[in-house]
Amino acid sequence: MSIEHTHGHDHESHAAHDDHHDHKPTGFLNRWLFTTNHKDIGTLYLVFALLMFFTGGAMAMVIRAELFMPGLQLVEPDFFNQMTTMHALIMVFGAVMPAWVGFANWMIPMMIGAPDMALPRMNNWSFWILPFAFAMLLSTLLMDSGGPAAGWTLYPPLSLQGGQSFAFVVFAVHMMGISSIMGSINVIATILNMRAPGMSLLKMPLFVWTWLITAFLLIAVMPVLAGAVTMLLTDHFFGTSFFNAAGGGDPVMFQHIFWFFGHPEVYIMILPAFGVVSEIIPTFARKPLFGYTAMVYATASIAFLSFIVWAHHMFTVGMPLTGELYFMYATMLIAVPTGVKVFNWVSTMWQGSMTFETPMLFAIGFVVLFTIGGLSGLMLAITAADLQYHDTYFVVAHFHYVLVPGSVFALMAGAYYWLPKWTGHMYSEKWGKIHFWISAISVNILFFPQHYLGLAGMPRRIPDYSTQFADFNMISSIGGFIFGASQLIFVGVILHCVYKSREAASGRVWEGARGLEWILSSPPPYHSFNTPPVIDATTVAHAGEAH
Amino acid sequence: MNTEQPQPRPASHTRIVRRLVLVAVAMFGFGFALWPLYSVFCDLTGFGGRGIQVAESGQQLQKSDRQVKIRFDATVNSGLPWLFQAKQKTATVSLGEMSEAFYLAMNNSAEPMAGRAIYNVTPPEASLYFVKTECFCFTEQVLQANESREMPVYYFIQPDLPDHIKEITLSYTFFRDKNQSAEALAAFGDSNPAEVSGSR
Repeated sequence: MSIEHTHGHDHESHAAHDDHHDHKPTGFLNRWLFTTNHKDIGTLYLVFALLMFFTGGAMAMVIRAELFMPGLQLVEPDFFNQMTTMHALIMVFGAVMPAWVGFANWMIPMMIGAPDMALPRMNNWSFWILPFAFAMLLSTLLMDSGGPAAGWTLYPPLSLQGGQSFAFVVFAVHMMGISSIMGSINVIATILNMRAPGMSLLKMPLFVWTWLITAFLLIAVMPVLAGAVTMLLTDHFFGTSFFNAAGGGDPVMFQHIFWFFGHPEVYIMILPAFGVVSEIIPTFARKPLFGYTAMVYATASIAFLSFIVWAHHMFTVGMPLTGELYFMYATMLIAVPTGVKVFNWVSTMWQGSMTFETPMLFAIGFVVLFTIGGLSGLMLAITAADLQYHDTYFVVAHFHYVLVPGSVFALMAGAYYWLPKWTGHMYSEKWGKIHFWISAISVNILFFPQHYLGLAGMPRRIPDYSTQFADFNMISSIGGFIFGASQLIFVGVILHCVYKSREAASGRVWEGARGLEWILSSPPPYHSFNTPPVIDATTVAHAGEAH
Repeated sequence: MNTEQPQPRPASHTRIVRRLVLVAVAMFGFGFALWPLYSVFCDLTGFGGRGIQVAESGQQLQKSDRQVKIRFDATVNSGLPWLFQAKQKTATVSLGEMSEAFYLAMNNSAEPMAGRAIYNVTPPEASLYFVKTECFCFTEQVLQANESREMPVYYFIQPDLPDHIKEITLSYTFFRDKNQSAEALAAFGDSNPAEVSGSR
């Protein structure tokens, strides 16, 4: 694990600052297993998410290698299905979500001037559940009946035809849910109760705002997922018929319940990304964020709308016309607040004194490529057209555009943005930029051809395909291999920054950075803001915007 | 552990945590509550095509000149080794007219078996106007080894069927009922289908 870096430079940049608050627990177990410090737990979350990112990424490489050519070359179809299912479960619940919780742990207390999270012991518990949950989930791959292979959506009746290992999947999902719910409770309690005096809600940085809303979404929908998988569990092992048509149940009902969770879930993964990008663009455009209040309300609107559009994932189940029309228009309505956000990011850059350091490159890449994903989402919202696109590679292209150059690019932007703050060292700008350009180009080679494959009718979750899809699949796989390999550069940049970099970062780090985390030293003292900071226009970005 | 903050905690953490935990528990319950809610919603609106009305005895039939085309569809779940087909593909009926349709089921296996037919009507809103007075789907059906049986449905379409519906598809899927033991099945007489009360 690459988490011992904070020992190395205690003596450096902040020796004079808050020295008596900087006693870290000694011994590896005390420091990492029993820690209640928000910075340590944030680091644990981020390292765990990175490990899962590469685990899920390795599975994606298996998928793209099998799809490199038509025909079955490398893996059995059933194993291929396990790979697509596990890739999704691990990336969603193991990589993206824990990474955002890691950012929340590190940044929210520092951004609102709090000494730590509200419930430090529960914070420790929420993290340490996760390695066990994913050990259980991954262990199913070694069992006789294999891992889950019915897709991450676990639709019955197919998901119920798996073997005994299905119980492990269900309990792993339960544990992930418990972890997320505890993490969310912690975030909400911290934000509502522990802001420094003078930090009113409408002075909070947007990252804090987006996480507050995300946390409410998590508390509202993770228990619904837990309920849905519990019903699958009893259907599979205890003879209930929630989703069994022969026993009076209805498999379509699972899809309703799942997507009642699933649609807010996709916003859970993207709202913190909106927050991070809203922090980074003003810094490197050297202008305050355009339309701060509008951004807050747009985020809240998106969160509200996410609860009433779920059935656009299942237009093909056979819905009355009125239902299809309602879900189509409600879904399209989401484009309005999302459009407000994109407009505000572009307006923030307009006439700014822009520089293009790595975080800014990733943030701009996010704005452009996420918008492509948003537009293909609008195409999918058109019910009549969706009947053609449904369950094709067009859908795969759509949600990978919003998740990879969307959410994951925002994670990388945030990592580069705050890495100097966390470690006290500058990362290698040259290698950061190389990482960005290879990633940005290869991610398009990887996912853009999948739009064409989908429009031409290639179904998703199938290990073999008709020969007319061969060329685009080969291009896509080549892009995938480059994208996968280029993430090793990211690891190299982080390791270099943590262990090798000699270039000390100032407290402010970036010339245009505004916000409470930047008035601390880099790295910040182990316990920061034991005395609440002064909130005024010199310390926070949105002090002048309180209405 | 030993890194606890010296900062005094605001006492209100407990209150907010209690409320949020309550929300999480309530949402867990809501997930399960969706099941009965969904059933009620589908019965009332016809969503899902399961809103079929069962006729009350002595119901007056109001005949109408308007006619609709009915298509008959039959499917067998892979867990049941039966042959199952509609004896007629389509029928044209007047609204309010009592009609009958026949399905044929045959047990291809060498052992007695119980099956249950689950129905569905397309378009879904038509299910609210599709009235069955008698149907093989009301009860469990038992077929002995290699037995075949004609299964009737008696139905009529209510005259207030919305004008835009010109065609209705009535679909049945036969599922195996594994709850019956082989002895119990063998004990069933040929023309004596089990009187098991259907769940819906």
